[in-house]
Amino acid sequence: MPTVAPLDLEGHCIAAVFLGDVPHFAMADGAVHRLDHGHKTVQANDGLLAAFHDPANDRLITGGEDGKVFAVKAGSEATELASSARKWITSVAAGPQGAIAYATGKTAFVRFADGKTREFTHPRSVEGLAFSPKGMRFGVARYNGATLHFPAAEGKPVELEWAGAHTGITFSPDGAFLVTTMQENALHGWKLADGKHMRMTGYPGKVKSLSWSVKGKWLASSGAPAAIVWPFSGKDGPMGKAPLELGTRGNAMVTAVACHPSQDVVAVGYDDGMVMAVRFADAKEVLLRRPGKGAITSMMWDKEERRVAFGSAAGDCGVIDITA
Amino acid sequence: MSDALTQIPVTVLTGYLGAGKTTLLNRILSENHGKRYAVIVNEFGEIGIDNELIVESDEEIYEMNNGCVCCTVRGDLIRVVEGLMRRPGRFDAIVVETTGLADPVPVAQTFFMDDDVRSKTKLDAVVTLVDAKHLPLRLKDSREAEDQIAFADVVVLNKTDLVTPEELAKVEATIRAINPAAKIHRTTRAGVALSEVLDRGAFDLSRALENDPHFLEAHDDHDHHDHDHHDHDGHDHHDHDGHDHHHHAHPSDIHDVTVQSVSLRGGEMDPKKFFPWIEKITQMEGPNILRLKGIIALKGDDERYVIQGVHMIIEGDHQRAWKDGEKHESRLVFIGRELDGERLKKSFDACQAA
Repeated sequence: MPTVAPLDLEGHCIAAVFLGDVPHFAMADGAVHRLDHGHKTVQANDGLLAAFHDPANDRLITGGEDGKVFAVKAGSEATELASSARKWITSVAAGPQGAIAYATGKTAFVRFADGKTREFTHPRSVEGLAFSPKGMRFGVARYNGATLHFPAAEGKPVELEWAGAHTGITFSPDGAFLVTTMQENALHGWKLADGKHMRMTGYPGKVKSLSWSVKGKWLASSGAPAAIVWPFSGKDGPMGKAPLELGTRGNAMVTAVACHPSQDVVAVGYDDGMVMAVRFADAKEVLLRRPGKGAITSMMWDKEERRVAFGSAAGDCGVIDITA
Repeated sequence: MSDALTQIPVTVLTGYLGAGKTTLLNRILSENHGKRYAVIVNEFGEIGIDNELIVESDEEIYEMNNGCVCCTVRGDLIRVVEGLMRRPGRFDAIVVETTGLADPVPVAQTFFMDDDVRSKTKLDAVVTLVDAKHLPLRLKDSREAEDQIAFADVVVLNKTDLVTPEELAKVEATIRAINPAAKIHRTTRAGVALSEVLDRGAFDLSRALENDPHFLEAHDDHDHHDHDHHDHDGHDHHDHDGHDHHHHAHPSDIHDVTVQSVSLRGGEMDPKKFFPWIEKITQMEGPNILRLKGIIALKGDDERYVIQGVHMIIEGDHQRAWKDGEKHESRLVFIGRELDGERLKKSFDACQAA
């Protein structure tokens, strides 16, 4: 029977992550709380808007209303990596070789590990950022499509067009596919080898959470009364195939998804605060947490595959131990 | 659900460059009114007040990918409002200042079309500042100036000290021709009482028309002047001084005005005819309709039904019971372009209950 160690905080949780084996909770007020032999807190942004877990460096990158970008490592103070005067940092991402990217308005910045920064200005706002897992390449979600940049080299970016506003972006773990979330209730994908489009529609709500399963075989998503899980193991991704619908509930919407690090299992968080784990093969469900005060906003599994950290829009965060 | 918090009211401030938006904004930020405002501006510009809740945001218009050309939203507002609302408790209301050339429609539609924004905030009113001296010029060279007036709930007719009484009367008549439903305040230095521009509930169906007891009263109907028109500070021109005699069912004959309004009045409506009709009109004429507002008397219904729309978006609800002795009358105004007043009137009349 899973047990929950609750951590009741104030405000909206932007990201719940493990750094090392310590659960960290980054809140909208910029405080990053951790459960490390007691409850401890460090301050990052004054107003935290975006956070990205950088697994290669075991750190959390944050951006915020104060125009600053911070890195938070387990057990240490927040380190300022960049700052842009008075403008909100609305998106952050981490990439290979210690590079990070952040965006403000129409400009995306890449900061390399040595502190050098490159600037990429777009005709429209940069909505989302993601690095490709291979090579120094990053993608920008924007109005009417996505733009791929190669920040370590000169040369023209690659433009991928699809009408509508694209708000978030992710590469598949093998780098073969690019998927965006949209302002309308849909995902859009491109097969990067040939630019083939993939339309993933039918969601009753906006998709705000995406998670790739082990080896990128599946892409789990929120935005429906079930976790919608698209098959990506074929060479054309999910085209012509139906997604799995896991953890379907009649009276609640899925707001966050987090795939298990090694098994075909997804943690599903709902707008009433409930969390379930669901197996892909047989859709078997295990209740991990009963409904709480607010919608689940973020979840992450630890490396030992034993615990799930979760955060909510109402501040009732915690850690679920599935083995206890 | 826990985020069933009260929705934060949002005031949209539009107006051409030099009309006095910054002056009004500075007053909103500095006057002692006991409320805290988060302000979303296009540029910090001349706002002389340091306030961490002034957010700079690039106006970013997104067409929705649903085949509807008038379904536009402000993508940047979705982002900023979402960010602000993750830390509620810092402010009581939001003011969105648009650039001088901005189209107010995407701003307003954001608050109806985006589910996240809609669940946490509500559009309070569109307030348009107009420079009394330069309006005639603005109308000549831009469609936006006219759209901003057409779309307004409140018009602050500013810089009245720079024009003669005759010029002022003409400017006000022009504003009335474009938008007979807006409340007009004559000011110098944007000196309107803040209570007249903030927390108006103009998009709140249950409040909007209570705030405006003279809504769509025929301006040339002289025996219709209520005696209870309180709080008259001399700036609040509801045309009961009778200098304004337009026939709104016809396109305006005022030079450089392309927006027209069609005011319809009738008796009790047959709901089986009225609802399909308004649905069809907004579907077909949506791109031409900037705003519509109305009070509808439905046959067999003892409550007033209020309705409002922006392009193809339409909302309606019961407002309150008809008062004893109150005339069960339907009033509806369309503000837009290329509206066929005769056809609207005919088809509206055909919805009347037998």
